[in-house]
Amino acid sequence: MPKSRWLTVGKELPANRRLLLAVLSFLIPVAIWGAVSYVPFLWHPQVRIEDPGDVLYFDAGDRVELALFREENQRMLDAGMSPAQGVRANPVFLPAPHEVAVAFYTAFKTPPRRTGDAWLHESLWHSITIIFWGFTLSTLIGVPLGVMCGAFSLFSRLIEPFVEFFRYLPAPAFGALAVAILGINDAPKIAIIFIGTFFQQVLIVANTTRRVEPALLEAAQTLGASRAQLFTRVVVPAAITDIYNDLRILLGWAWTYLIVAELIGRSSGITFFISQQARYRNFDNVFAAIIMIGIIGLGTDMVLSWMGKRLFPWKTGKGGRLAGFLGRLFGPREQTVFTR
Amino acid sequence: MTDDTFALLPDYRKQSPEVAARFQKIKEREVILRIENLTREFSTEQGTVTALRDIDFQAHRREFVCVIGPSGCGKSTFIRLLAGLDYPTAGRVLLDGIEVDGPGPDRGMVFQGYTLFPWLTVKRNVMFGLRMQGMGATQAEREALQWVELIGLDKYAESYPAQLSGGMKQRVAIARALAANPRILLMDEPFGALDAQTRGQMQSHLLQIWKHVDVTILFITHDLDEAIYLADRILVLKANPGEVNEIIEVPVPRPRSPEQFVSPEFLATRRRLEELIHPTAGRREERLPIFKLTQAGDEVE
Repeated sequence: MPKSRWLTVGKELPANRRLLLAVLSFLIPVAIWGAVSYVPFLWHPQVRIEDPGDVLYFDAGDRVELALFREENQRMLDAGMSPAQGVRANPVFLPAPHEVAVAFYTAFKTPPRRTGDAWLHESLWHSITIIFWGFTLSTLIGVPLGVMCGAFSLFSRLIEPFVEFFRYLPAPAFGALAVAILGINDAPKIAIIFIGTFFQQVLIVANTTRRVEPALLEAAQTLGASRAQLFTRVVVPAAITDIYNDLRILLGWAWTYLIVAELIGRSSGITFFISQQARYRNFDNVFAAIIMIGIIGLGTDMVLSWMGKRLFPWKTGKGGRLAGFLGRLFGPREQTVFTR
Repeated sequence: MTDDTFALLPDYRKQSPEVAARFQKIKEREVILRIENLTREFSTEQGTVTALRDIDFQAHRREFVCVIGPSGCGKSTFIRLLAGLDYPTAGRVLLDGIEVDGPGPDRGMVFQGYTLFPWLTVKRNVMFGLRMQGMGATQAEREALQWVELIGLDKYAESYPAQLSGGMKQRVAIARALAANPRILLMDEPFGALDAQTRGQMQSHLLQIWKHVDVTILFITHDLDEAIYLADRILVLKANPGEVNEIIEVPVPRPRSPEQFVSPEFLATRRRLEELIHPTAGRREERLPIFKLTQAGDEVE
């Protein structure tokens, strides 16, 4: 076997190299962040005051611009007074990796500043429920509608032009309206996630459904499939794997809308936590919360990807218990809802 | 092959007594497929294109008919009209005396591309037609397994199509079409995508299956040898527009075997098909406007 190269057009790398690169893909940004945080001369544009000396308006723990620090100290020295002491530091909005790592733990342990505010885990859970309901409601309506549009020109021509128009209307623009109609609690937030997801979903699912191999439909027809059977026994199972992958991508978009949705009405969830912590200048907590969203998102996607392999064994060739269930669901059945 | 060997070949229309008796027997069987004045025109931006014009043909029960013709003669359009996947501009197709209107399970079809349902196992693919016609699960499964065994893929009954080779997929496609119990099996260049060796195996598989099943086969191909090897009669079409050129009764006796590829009847039929399909080609090699790019003395021929 020839020695594999790192750069070959259109060729996949061996598994061990793929893993190495995946690890590096996370390590490199962290390494850059670490370098900027721990190596003083790389950036560190400020000085954190440890002893204000005789400078009147410096306090221990303050961060001041390096130029100002030098200027003031020069003035103190010229006047024969004691200069301030301090160490080079980055601005408060860029905490070091270890501070964020600690915050990952402490953020869960720190009680909210004001009584009645949510703990971090409560905020996260609240955000997850908002996403869940927004996305689930959208999927329950959007996927069937999209499949119908993809399968039948009648629905496509009737529904898609309006959906195409509506998807250009930014979901956040409906914030005020949603609050007016649905109140200030969770309902308008769910509505924003729904609006942000639903219209894209219908169009994407419709397009995916339209890509079903026409030869499969013809083959089924020559085997005696009726129109209803063609839809339930061929179109749906043929499109379902791609629709599933579409949903994985759309779920990522739903998280983007979450940040807007949670600012609407009574601010809540992870967005509220982040903005509160930023207000208190606890940027380590802010970073921890942002990274947590990423972890939840990536984690969900990995779980969904793993589930997809179990659900659709014909894509991987491996069968499972779920596969058997799905086979029964989509395999030829005696009783269908729309028998001839 | 030189013109001398051609001159020694018998007339392709000459049939041995056995072959003639066989054709007599076929003609005594009832007509299963009747095609009357079948015409299909397509309107394009350049005007109306006639893909097929006034095709008249009859196939008898358990006959094996091959359809052959130059590219663009409307072979695929022809079979799609028979399947009911397309509608004629004029004329009609009758199956058992009933006019074809849309696709149905009485006309099974095997397509050129692989059209097995990827989400169903081999067994469930074969069950598909039976279930669509309302047969119960247990009975459909039993029948499907018989078909899977008949095509020699019982080990793969629970495999998905993605795990099969091209030849195996087409065998399953044949079983799937036959399991639905069609009156006629329409095959649109089903072995076109297979390599030569697999193709040969598939041809002999198909003949074995056809021998044991009460089904008429209409088989489209562009491979002359395949047509002669498989068919009782060959419907030769000509292009632009697609019309019947000749209907040849293949004089090669049955049972067929690959050794017959060099028998005089086979070669005579082949020469006739060559004349019909490539009237000018093969006579003179076309000279490419190319000049010598190699060194003198480095000749390969």
